[in-house]
Amino acid sequence: MQLIKDKKVAATLAAATCALLGTQPAQANEQKDDAWQFDTAILYYGESDRVQLVEGVFNAKKDFGDEHIFSAKLVVDTLTGASASGAVAQPGVQTFTRPSGNGSYQVNAGETPLDDTFRDTRVQLSGQWTQPIFENTRVSTGFNFSNEYDYLSIGANASLARDFNRKNTTLSFGVSYQFDSIDPVGYAPIGLAQMQLASEFDSEEAFRTAFDATRDTEDKDKDTFDVLLGLTQVINKRMLMQFNYGYSVVDGYLNDPYKLVSVVNDTGLTLRNLHENRPDERTKHNVFWQTKYALDSGVIDVSYRYSTDDWDIDSHTIDSRFRWNISETSYIQPHFRYYTQSAAKFYEPFLEESTPLPMFASADYRLGEMDAYTIGLKYGQTLSNGHKWAVRAEYYSQRPTSDGTAAIGVLNDLDLYPSIDAFILQFNYHF
Amino acid sequence: MKKINIKNNLQKIVFLLCIAQLGGCASLGVEPWERQFLAKEEMALDAEGVDLGLDDHIYFSKEATSGGRAFAGGGCGCN
Repeated sequence: MQLIKDKKVAATLAAATCALLGTQPAQANEQKDDAWQFDTAILYYGESDRVQLVEGVFNAKKDFGDEHIFSAKLVVDTLTGASASGAVAQPGVQTFTRPSGNGSYQVNAGETPLDDTFRDTRVQLSGQWTQPIFENTRVSTGFNFSNEYDYLSIGANASLARDFNRKNTTLSFGVSYQFDSIDPVGYAPIGLAQMQLASEFDSEEAFRTAFDATRDTEDKDKDTFDVLLGLTQVINKRMLMQFNYGYSVVDGYLNDPYKLVSVVNDTGLTLRNLHENRPDERTKHNVFWQTKYALDSGVIDVSYRYSTDDWDIDSHTIDSRFRWNISETSYIQPHFRYYTQSAAKFYEPFLEESTPLPMFASADYRLGEMDAYTIGLKYGQTLSNGHKWAVRAEYYSQRPTSDGTAAIGVLNDLDLYPSIDAFILQFNYHF
Repeated sequence: MKKINIKNNLQKIVFLLCIAQLGGCASLGVEPWERQFLAKEEMALDAEGVDLGLDDHIYFSKEATSGGRAFAGGGCGCN
């Protein structure tokens, strides 16, 4: 018994000495290097009356020694529920054709039109390998693959990082390429083509012919090219900062094939609905700054991101987490996030019959003016066997607002910019 | 009259500030034996990688902006 106690004291002393010297105990390193580290999580995301998502993550990581690190991640998610189609609410019942052209659905008076046909399962697999190539220089390469019913994405990335100034400064440069193939249900609608309604045709055959004429049967895809420049800097014993600049170009099919734009008359009543049409190229710039500050019993983590693009969407994001270690083995962590964005230049909550049809138009609220808040709380604990678990609950609220477009007639009495509230619950386990 | 492009000027200022930061970096930092706080697991920039990945997926699907911390990427037709 005494021997075990002495061993424990010796180990504690060794660890304390190593901490003082700023080095990791060699033995601990060897043990850590040999072992696979697994991070798992299950997340529930639910919007009231809209999308419900369950997502599982399995992440494996192994250090093969000398900073040769491999990691792989498997993500599976399943999504059900309804999503706003972009069409405006109306004082009467509205009928919409399903994206496949098979059947229709109705939306009650005064309600925001939601397309309730979403049901999808996505599988994503990614891997990353990092290793040193010269002294103080690391290279990292990775791939990712994601597949769902109507969407396939494959990508690769590579980056180089170099430490300077006694490893207090790290500069990094990375590139990533992503190829996405989109195979919409019922083929991609032609941009700004009118949504056809079976009830307006004498026969199913006549409707089918008209429906097919609004579809583009060609394959749809897009290419995304990203560049990321990073600078990580140790400021002092307790603080480090990261600055990133990101440049991203997307080229190809950027429409959401399931979104509509309503054309209304001068009293605000819908005459027809059109399939949205977005430009086929988008260039984005991101500036990201993050600071982490170590307290005696916790960590303050604050980040800010500014983003701008040639669709005229500017956004600001502040994300902050405060980890408070309530004991040697447990912590709580409040989380607050604020996001605000301006509208895309082609965002139109609705189109007016009296004005000429623009070249591009989307009523997707996610491209409109919007503020969003997240507040959350996480609790984590380390078990006696070294495994860790955590649970977090968050509330996410999206508040779309008018971009200045004046409502017309009956639209004045309807909610064109409904808020969306979501609840997030997540459980993590690390072993 | 020449129109002043505020956005371009802002980008230049941000760029110059970043360059200025680089110059100041040489005098910042700590000695290897002063890293007891920085070496803590929770101080790593990717300390909560799984959470950050899940958050990125949610916000990528619900907002017009993505990336910043990592590649903006694409990868799903999330609704």
